[in-house]
Amino acid sequence: MSLPPPPRKNPLLRTATPLLPPQPRSRRAYGLTAAAAEGRFALQKCAGCGTVIYPARDACPACLGQSLRFADVSPAGELLSVTRIHSTADPYFRRLVPIRQGLVRADAGPNLICFLLGDCAPGGRVTLSLKLAPGGDPVVCARPEGAPLSEIEDDPMWRQLTANPEHARVLISDGRHPAAAAMARALLGAGAAQVYAGIAEPWKPSDEADQLAKIDGVEVIDLDPRDERSVAEAAAALAGKIEIVVQCGFHYRPGTVMDANAPLRLKDMMEGGALGLMRLAQAFGQAMMARGADEPRPALAWVNVLSLAARMAHPMAAAHSAAQAAELSLAQSLRATMAPGGIRVINLFHGALDHGWFEAVPPPKVAPGTLGKAVVTALTEGLEDMFIGPEAEDFRDRFNANPKEVERKWWS
Amino acid sequence: MQPRDQSPAELLSALTGMIASGGVQLVDLTRTLSPDDPTIVMPPEFGQSWPVRIERISRYDAGGPAWYWNNLSFGEHTGTHFDAPAHWITGRDLACNTVDTMPLPPMVAPVSVIDCTKACAQDADYLLTREAILAWEEEHGQIARDEWVLMRSGWGDKTGAAYANLKSDGAHTPGPDTGAIRLLVEERGILGFGTETIGTDWGQAAHLSPPYPAHSILHGHGRYGLQCLTGLEALPPRGAVLIAAPLKVLAGSGSPLRVLALVPAAV
Repeated sequence: MSLPPPPRKNPLLRTATPLLPPQPRSRRAYGLTAAAAEGRFALQKCAGCGTVIYPARDACPACLGQSLRFADVSPAGELLSVTRIHSTADPYFRRLVPIRQGLVRADAGPNLICFLLGDCAPGGRVTLSLKLAPGGDPVVCARPEGAPLSEIEDDPMWRQLTANPEHARVLISDGRHPAAAAMARALLGAGAAQVYAGIAEPWKPSDEADQLAKIDGVEVIDLDPRDERSVAEAAAALAGKIEIVVQCGFHYRPGTVMDANAPLRLKDMMEGGALGLMRLAQAFGQAMMARGADEPRPALAWVNVLSLAARMAHPMAAAHSAAQAAELSLAQSLRATMAPGGIRVINLFHGALDHGWFEAVPPPKVAPGTLGKAVVTALTEGLEDMFIGPEAEDFRDRFNANPKEVERKWWS
Repeated sequence: MQPRDQSPAELLSALTGMIASGGVQLVDLTRTLSPDDPTIVMPPEFGQSWPVRIERISRYDAGGPAWYWNNLSFGEHTGTHFDAPAHWITGRDLACNTVDTMPLPPMVAPVSVIDCTKACAQDADYLLTREAILAWEEEHGQIARDEWVLMRSGWGDKTGAAYANLKSDGAHTPGPDTGAIRLLVEERGILGFGTETIGTDWGQAAHLSPPYPAHSILHGHGRYGLQCLTGLEALPPRGAVLIAAPLKVLAGSGSPLRVLALVPAAV
């Protein structure tokens, strides 16, 4: 299924102001946020009696135990009842009525009030998922068990909870990224209307630029995120009509912290990465936030393509690691800054790319196509943090278990 | 009017009068210092020059309500720029070999211009040879000691990819061969050599012997380089004066600069 192409914007009409659903959450509830950010379904579980708990609490309602940890649980359940909401006082939800909510008894134990997607009927089996609403807080959704995502992807509520690139106009900031063409193809394959791919210093011959120029639906543009004037000029032409930005500044050079030219290399890598993100955010971010509710084609998301080195320094790529960490830091700030506009900031983390700079790294490596698919998956499933491929997933699990082990052993 | 008949003050006064009246024209030979202009590219395992960056501090805005100014950053060898002898290993031990210590007279000196535009239009890999210079001297007279010599290739009219002309085997831009540079430096004793291309050397000069003969031989003899010049068509083959004063950068190997020429108006 897919939605029809949206009509061109009527420039005489007021652009709807982005609104957010009610925000207050208890500190405990951020365990749900963590799971939703990665696309997992996790609920609180009492370490004492094993009761699965929802909504998040400070003590187990069964045994009053206080050791409650979030754990991945079965997302299956049975829909007990359905409520159709036709009228609400909340400004955000007023735009979305009628809204279907239901009470689901999860197989894991608790009853949950969920948004219903697709053809859910009382008594039917459903699959639960945790999603991040605009603003970043978690909500629970239910869809018919076994129903593919394609059956619900046009649901207005689902669109609120994801960033489907269908009909979106996408800016890829660095067309020289090894996966730029693959990302462009994947986005166009997912229905993106147009991909603008930035090429810095177009006087330097570039196979990547040549490859991009051959893809139907890609327009190669002059854009150098290291140069504020270049960014401003690109934004002058495009900022009002970009729904998704993929920031993927790629400038990798290995070297230790003690290499003679390490400071210069760090500066070079920061220019396209962290500082590039900042310049792009200044030029494109405000315009995107103003269009966060610009239906039927709202601005959607900002995707940052980052290396695992953003999370843990690689001593043999010290400057690269520092630059990536700085970019991640700015990406986190950007996430909070763009949230009021309803723009999702998505961070993708990958291990070694299947690229010449990493030829000495043993497999598994991340192929360009894998990265392309990951960008689309993160958008269509509304993820916030995604670790791409087995290496990155292993990194995440070990980092979550013991960061010191990763610091000592990961790169050795 | 013979200079020896005039005092220095009279000479200077006459010169400024001539400039004001247009009898002597001031010509700008400088490319605009811009982020868009190509810079030298080294293989990735080597360090890289910063390109030109212009970052706004304020423009009558919250950063400075009544004033406009920028921060600039660039490598010493970006834009129209000057090479001091210390730029190359051959000049490393010479006295006064950096832009802050070099003598002042080379900054204002006569200039000869060898027009190679026709050959360069046919062949981006055109090599200026000793024979070509000798043929030029047949027509215009022998190049004098302590003159600047500029190779006019027409490259200054190009921009972007055509200017850098990078292929899979590196840059393809015209320049001098070893024999030409040896003639100019070792036999004529020129002050410096200038080009319109990104370097004083031929684009493929890594494959000459010695590699990069212009850099190697010029700077090894304490001579200077100018590159990324433009507008050389306004200069006569002989008789103009070049004004090329690099920034006084501490221990600097070179710097971007404004290059001007004093050109006698055609009578």
